[in-house]
Amino acid sequence: MTTSSVRPSGERLLPARPGWPDATGHFGIFGGRFVPEALIAALDDLTEAYEAMRVDPAFLTEFDRLQRDYTGRPSPLTEVPKFAEHAGGVRILLKREDLNHTGSHKINNVLGQALLTKRIGKSRVIAETGAGQHGVATATAAALMGLSCTVYMGEEDTRRQALNVARMRLLGAEVIPVTTGSRTLKDAINEAFRDWVTNVETTNYVFGTVAGPHPFPAMVRDFQRVIGDEARAQVLEREGRLPDAVLACVGGGSNAIGIFTAFVPDDGVRLVGLEAGGDGVDTGRHAATITGGSPGVLHGARSYLLQDDNGQTIESHSISAGLDYPGVGPEHSYLHDIGRAEYRAVTDAEAMEAFALLCRTEGIIPAIESAHALAGAISLGKELGSRGAGGRGDEPPLLLVNLSGRGDKDVETASRWFGLGDHQEVDPGPGLDTDQNPTEGAVSNDEAVAGQDAGETA
Amino acid sequence: MSALANRIAAARAEDRAALIAYLPVGYPSVEDSIAAMVAAVEGGADVIEIGVPYSDPGMDGPVIQQAVDAAVRAGVGMRDVLKAVTAVADAGAVPVVMSYWNPIERYGVERFAADLAAAGGAGAITPDLIPDEAADWLAASEEHGLDRVFLVAPSSTDARLRSTAAACRGFVYAASTMGVTGTRATVGDAAEKLVARTRAAAPDLAVCVGLGVSNGDQAAEVAVFADGVIVGSAYVRELLEGRGPEGVRTLSKDLASGVRA
Repeated sequence: MTTSSVRPSGERLLPARPGWPDATGHFGIFGGRFVPEALIAALDDLTEAYEAMRVDPAFLTEFDRLQRDYTGRPSPLTEVPKFAEHAGGVRILLKREDLNHTGSHKINNVLGQALLTKRIGKSRVIAETGAGQHGVATATAAALMGLSCTVYMGEEDTRRQALNVARMRLLGAEVIPVTTGSRTLKDAINEAFRDWVTNVETTNYVFGTVAGPHPFPAMVRDFQRVIGDEARAQVLEREGRLPDAVLACVGGGSNAIGIFTAFVPDDGVRLVGLEAGGDGVDTGRHAATITGGSPGVLHGARSYLLQDDNGQTIESHSISAGLDYPGVGPEHSYLHDIGRAEYRAVTDAEAMEAFALLCRTEGIIPAIESAHALAGAISLGKELGSRGAGGRGDEPPLLLVNLSGRGDKDVETASRWFGLGDHQEVDPGPGLDTDQNPTEGAVSNDEAVAGQDAGETA
Repeated sequence: MSALANRIAAARAEDRAALIAYLPVGYPSVEDSIAAMVAAVEGGADVIEIGVPYSDPGMDGPVIQQAVDAAVRAGVGMRDVLKAVTAVADAGAVPVVMSYWNPIERYGVERFAADLAAAGGAGAITPDLIPDEAADWLAASEEHGLDRVFLVAPSSTDARLRSTAAACRGFVYAASTMGVTGTRATVGDAAEKLVARTRAAAPDLAVCVGLGVSNGDQAAEVAVFADGVIVGSAYVRELLEGRGPEGVRTLSKDLASGVRA
C-alpha cells in the first residue's frame, strides 16, 4: 500500500505485480491446487512455461501487437452523464471492454493463453463457457492461431445463449452441451477437467476466469490486468485524479480482478465487486458467492462457495449466465477477507433496471453481467450523493465501472423479461419505461414525439 | 499398525493380490448401498472403498456420476458414511473412505478423523487432495492412527512418486490410465510401468491399481504385478442395472477368483 490519497504523487508506468499468490498459488488460505495427481505435471509445465513467457520480450511484443491490431486496445473510457443522473449525481466513467473484438473482456485472456498453448507445443484447446463469451473468445483465438477447439457449455446455457453457440460453431469450434448436474457453468467446468485429464498430452485447458488450480488465477489476472492498467492511466490523464470507487461484476471474477489489480495499491480507491443476487440472497436463489457463501474447495482451489452442510455445491441462480456460478476466484476471497475489496449482491430485477436505463439514456446495450456493475454504481452513487461523501471539495464523487461486455447475446433474455418482441400478455419486469416517455434530457425540442407515435404524425 | 497394510500383507501371504471394491453410500438408498457393500465382502472383497457422494466428482466417469448424483440429491452425508463404515467392519472387511476433499473439509478434518476412527474405519482415499495441500489431514490422520491413501498417475514425475508415496500409509493408489473412472476393454501396459516406477520409489509400500478393471480376467492380469486390484464402476453398474446385492456378490466372486489366478 503506497498511496493514501486519491491524487497520487506520480504515475506508475508499470504498476507492480501484487505480492500474492505465493510460489504454490496461495492467496492467504485461499487458492492452491485441489486436483487429481494426474493433472499436476500439466499444471507444473504450464506454470513453468508461463513464468518464462511472461517476461519474454518476443511474447510481450506479439501480445501487444495482437491486443492493438486484433482486439482493438486500448478500449475507450466513456462518461455517461445522463445515466449518472439516476445515481445520486455522481460522475460515472465506463471502461468499454464491450468494444473489444468478440464483445467482451474475455479476449484479453484467451490471446495470452493461446500463445502459451503454441509455446508448449499443444495443438488442441478446450474451454468451459457460461454466457458463451469465453467460448466465443477461445474459438476465435483458436481460429486465428490454427488450434483445434472444443467448448463445454451447460445445456441450460446453450438455450439461454443460442447466439453464442452459433458463433462458436461458425468459428470452427466443437460445442458440447453438458447434461450432468445443474447443466450450467459448474458442470461445464467438471466436463472440461475430465476431458483434460484424459487428453492432457495434446490438449491445453484455456480456463476462462481467475478461478481453478494454480497457475490459472494468477495467470488469468496477469492477462486481464490490462483493463485496470489502461483505465487508471486514462482516468489520471483525463481527470488528474484517481476515481473514488471502481466497480465490476463478479461471477468467477476475471473482469473484476482485471480492473481492480492496478488500483489495489491505491488505498483511497474503493474496490466494489457486484455479485449476482438472483431473486435475492435471502431467497436462497442467487449466485452471490462471497455475500452468501462460505470457504471450501471447488474446481481445484479453496475459495468462497455456495455449499450445504454436507459440502455439496448448491446450484446457483441468476438471470445472467455468465455470473451463474457457485464459486469465485480465490483472489476475491482474499481481497474480501483482508478488507481491501467489498462485495455486494445485485438482484436480477435491479440489474435489468440498470440494463434498460443504460440502453435508453446512453445508447449502449450492456451485457446483463455488466448491468450488475451498473446497478451497483446506481446504489453506491445514491449512498455517496446523499452523504455528500467520497468527492473532494465541490467535485462530485467519481465512479469507474467496468462495462465488461456488450448485450447482443442478451437481447432475447431482455425481450422476455420486458415482454417485448412477442405479443403475449406478459407483465414486464422492473426497469422498462412502458409508456415510452422520452428520457429526461434526451430531447430538447418540445415538438418531438415519442417513438411509437412518430409514424402517425410524420 | 496400518489396517490396510495388514490386510494386503495377509493376501500376499496367500500368494494373491487383495480385492478392493468401491461402492458409494446412498445408491440406490443408504440401506441398499450398505447391503451391496456387505454382499461384496461376502463375495470375497478384502477392502471396501466407501464412497462419499459429492456434487462435483471431477475424476469420475458417467457410471459413478449417475449413482452419486442420486445420492447427493437424496441428501446423503457423513453420518450415513460412518454407518456404512461400521457395517463393513462388522462384515469382516477393512473399510476405507473414498472422498473428494470438500465434504471432509466441510465436516471438519479433525472431527472426521475422530469419528472415522471411532466407527472402525481404516482411513481415507482422497482423489483430489495432493500431499502438498494436506497438512491438516496429515496431522489428523497421524493423531488418530488412520491410513491415508494418495494417488499417483502415469504423468507423475519420479520426484512426485517419492514424495507422494512418502506421505501415504496403508497403500498408494496407482491410477492406471490418464482419465476418469469407468470400465475399459483393456487395462494396458501403462499400469504395469507405473507400478514398477512406484515400487522403485517406495519399496516398502503396497501399490494397488485402479481405473478400468471390470472382470476376473482383467483382475488376474493386474494381480500379476500389483498388490491390490481396485474395482469401482463395474460394481456400481450392477446396481444401476438393477441386479442389486446378488449381482454385486456374483461380480465379487468372479473378481476374487481373478486375483487368485
